[in-house]
Parts: sequence; C-alpha cells; structure tokens
Amino acid sequence: MSPEDVTRGPAARPPATESPVGPSGVVPLLRTEDLARSFGGVFAVAEVSMSVARGEMRGVIGANGAGKSTLFNLISGHLTPNRGTISYGGKRIEHLAPHERARLRISIVFQTARLFAGMTVLENVMMGAHVWSRHGFFEAALRLPRHRKEEREIRSKAEEALERVGMTPWAATEAESLPLGQQRSLQVARVLCSKPALLLLDEPASGLRAEEKESLAGLLEQLKAEGLTMMLIEHDVGFVSGLADTVTVLDLGRVIAEGPPDEVTQDPAVIAAYIGEGRGRAQRH
Amino acid sequence: MSALVEYLISGVAIGCGFALVGSGFVAIFRVTEVINFAQGTFAVVAGFVAYSGLTSAGAPQGVAEALGVLAAGALGLAFGGAAIGRKHTSPLASLVITLGLAVTAYAGEIAIWGDQPISFSGLQGDFVLAGAHLLRQYLLVIGVALLVLLGLGVFFTRTYLGKGMTACASNRFAAEVVGISVRRMGLLSFALGGLLGGFAGVLLIPIQPLSFNSDIDLAISGFAAAIFGGLRSFEMALVGGLVLGVAESLVGGYVQASYETVVALGGMLLLMLWQARRRVELA
Repeated sequence: MSPEDVTRGPAARPPATESPVGPSGVVPLLRTEDLARSFGGVFAVAEVSMSVARGEMRGVIGANGAGKSTLFNLISGHLTPNRGTISYGGKRIEHLAPHERARLRISIVFQTARLFAGMTVLENVMMGAHVWSRHGFFEAALRLPRHRKEEREIRSKAEEALERVGMTPWAATEAESLPLGQQRSLQVARVLCSKPALLLLDEPASGLRAEEKESLAGLLEQLKAEGLTMMLIEHDVGFVSGLADTVTVLDLGRVIAEGPPDEVTQDPAVIAAYIGEGRGRAQRH
Repeated sequence: MSALVEYLISGVAIGCGFALVGSGFVAIFRVTEVINFAQGTFAVVAGFVAYSGLTSAGAPQGVAEALGVLAAGALGLAFGGAAIGRKHTSPLASLVITLGLAVTAYAGEIAIWGDQPISFSGLQGDFVLAGAHLLRQYLLVIGVALLVLLGLGVFFTRTYLGKGMTACASNRFAAEVVGISVRRMGLLSFALGGLLGGFAGVLLIPIQPLSFNSDIDLAISGFAAAIFGGLRSFEMALVGGLVLGVAESLVGGYVQASYETVVALGGMLLLMLWQARRRVELA
C-alpha cells in the first residue's frame, strides 16, 4: 500500500450484510465495523473492522503511526469516529462519552500515568470502584451507615487489587512519587478494582524493565485464565506474541493481517511493514 | 481594651463571611479549575431572597434564611450550567461567562429589589465580653461558618464522593476513565459554591447591608481569602478570611473606615509575596 492510499480514506464499500452475530454464531464482546478517523484529511484509522470474542486476549500491533493509538482512543471514547460503528455486547457505543463507556465496564490502562495527584496509592485504586459503587450525594455527605458499609467494601476490593499487583507495601505512598513501573502497576490495580468486563491496555510494557515486564505478563496470563476479555495494544511484538490468542496487525490505519501470533509474525506483509522502521523488530523474540 | 475586643470579634465574624465566600471559590475551582467570579452574586441573592421571605411572605427568620441559601444553591447550579455545561469550554472562557452572568444578574436584582442597600436584623441582642458589647449575630456568623467549613472539609477529604469531585480537578482524563462524569461533578460543585455563597449572604446581611453591587466587594475579599490557600484548601481559605476580616476591622476602627479594604488587601498581598518567596526558598 502506498502512503497516498491513506490520504484517500476509506474506500466506498457495499453496505455490510452480515448480522451483528459473528460467523461462529456468538455475539462478540467488541466489534468495530468500517471504523475510520482522520486528522486534517489524513486517515489515521481507515475502515478497521475487527471483533473480539468474550474471554479472548487480542493483541493489536503495528509500527509507529500505524493507527494503534487512534484505534485505542476510538474504543475508549476519547476520539469520535468520522464513520463506522463500535458495538459492545451487541450495543452501539461509538456515541457514548468516555465515562459512560467506563460504566459499561470497559476499563483502560494507559501508557502514560493517569493518576490522581495528591492521593495515596490506595485512594487511587479505590477511585476505580466509582463505576460500580452506588453512593448518593446525601448518603456520602451525611455518612449514612449504608454509605460507610459500601466504603468498607470498596476499600477491601482495593486492597485485594493492590495485593494482586504486589503493591501492598506502598498503599499509603503518594501516588505521584512512584517510579514509572509502579505507576503502571497502580493503574492495573485501579482497573482491577473497577471489576472490568473488557480491559484495554495501551502499550503496557513500554518503559518497563525486564522483570517488570515478566510480572505484568504473569498477571495478564492470570486474568486471561479467569476469563477476562482483553485488548492489548503494543509495539513490542515479542510481548504480545507470548500472550495473545489472536493478533491484529495495523499498517497505515488498516488491518493488514490477523491470526495466531506465530502465523502473523511470519506473514511477509507484516515483516515488510515492520522493516520500514528498522529490521528485526518482528523477530526479536 | 474593650474597643480592641470589639474590633477583633467583629473582624472574625466578617472574616468568617469572607471565608464562606472564599470556600465557594475553592469548591468550584478544585473540581472544575474555573474561577467563578459570580461567587459574590450568590451571597447577594441569598440575602435578598431571605429579606423578601421575611418582609413579603412573613416567613419565620430561619425559614426565610434557609430559602435564601437554597435559592443561591439553585442559582449556582444554573450559572454552572451556563459556564461549564457545554463540552470543551476552557476554564478561562468559563471565568468570563461567570463574570458576564454576575453583571447580568444586576438587572434582575434591581428589577426585583431595587438599587438601595437592603438589610434585616439578625439574631437580637448583644453580649458582653471583656467589657465590650458585641452583637449576638457575630456569634451566630462565627458558629455557623465554622460548622459549615468543618462539614465541607470532611466531605472533600473523607468521603468517597468528595474525593471523586477532587479527582476531576486532579486528573480529568483519569476521572473519566474511572466512570466519573466530570461535567456532573462540576455542576455539583457550582451548586455547592452557590450554597456556600448563600450562607455568607444571609449571615452577613444583618451586619453589613447588601446592595446589588456588593457582590464585587464580597467576591474580591472571598477570592483573596481563597487564593491564600492556592484556591485549593478550605482551611487556608478560612485563615485567609480571618486575616482579611480582622485587618479590615482594625484599620476601620483605628485608622479610617474608607481605607479598610485597601489596607487589608494590601496586607494580604504582602503576606502572599512573603509566602511565595518562602516556597521558592524551600524548593
């Protein structure tokens, strides 16, 4: 594909005839159809159609500028598509605001730390419970027993989440003062506290040391075994290959390959796309 | 001696009023990062509504005052809707909107209540402390203000919802991601700011008659109190309010009443410069 293709945007297509039910007969948890988003006339994501089944660990890889982050932000709600649809559990969500999507239990781990300054690690994790807590303004203001009971529940859930990421000793630390790796872990703990149904991870391994990467991979394996649906957007092909069931490869905003990791990484088109920015990335592991 | 006590206590009472106005600035700024320059309007409207409740409707004092505070809360919500209701309004644009609303509100206030200062008597009688005769209303102002500020501090730092509101100011992006509607929390903070301004209005109006344009003085003093704590701390807004109130009262008593605001604000400025320098030295 030449770069000019990108500027032309999504090609006209016959209307989709398939039902929201996928070929397997099961409604996928997440499904994008003909998703497109342009910036100043250049399409960062163009006609991306993909579906993620319940319980699946999906990897999305691509070189820099392939459209990974744009796709991520379209699903999280921080960008609205120019065209195309996003369905979640069979319902259209592309018009929903980020916080409304969060309430549907779509949880996000960002590459950059998105923490609450001035709060401790435990308080940051407790904020994750906002999506499922039922507290009301007056209950909270008056500290009614029902509210206090819920606060206890939130606290214990948060402590449990901190334990899982191995950060219990830092519970009372100021969140901002943590090093990068721990800030990432803290984000993961916050997500766990939110009882997610779909977990989106944006380059969770970037900037982590080898042993930090390993423990993150271990935790993601565990979550996968528990049946959590995840979408892992990653630059590091080796990291994704070890975890994902299926890998979607983006190049210049389009899906150029999709399939099991070992097949996809052998795909000549994928290797060619990666060579563009330095040979060997795709074969690193 | 008795004069000094009188100036001090009346200064503390006025200062508590400034602190209430200031805490309204803080409540709104912490959540939305908007400096709400209609904060004084809330106080004026609350005072006027309470006055109407007393004189026209013949409501009991407490009921009329509660009505005034609630009206200010509702006005806060409405102003909030105008200032931050639209998506992607920058805090600076919102500030200008609040300024515009405050000026526009003059028309409504003059149409309903006229352009003359309004007052009504508060808590009757006085008491004697160290030889000074003091209005009981001072005690009421100080007591209610401290209770309200205490409750506010507890709400923001100890309750889950209060933390959620603070989270919006701390990191909007992260707040959205955990499912917090930043807009709704912002509107809630404006309503809270309205209530706080309302408390100041109904408490101060028996001591200091209010007219439609008293909102400027109140907003400036309240803002000065709030900025003392970087617009983020309720405790420091209280300290700032007290410093300002006492300074005003002392200048008014011993020097000349017309200088009181200028001298008090000037003193506040020096104090803040000193504070800023100390912060730089520490860093």
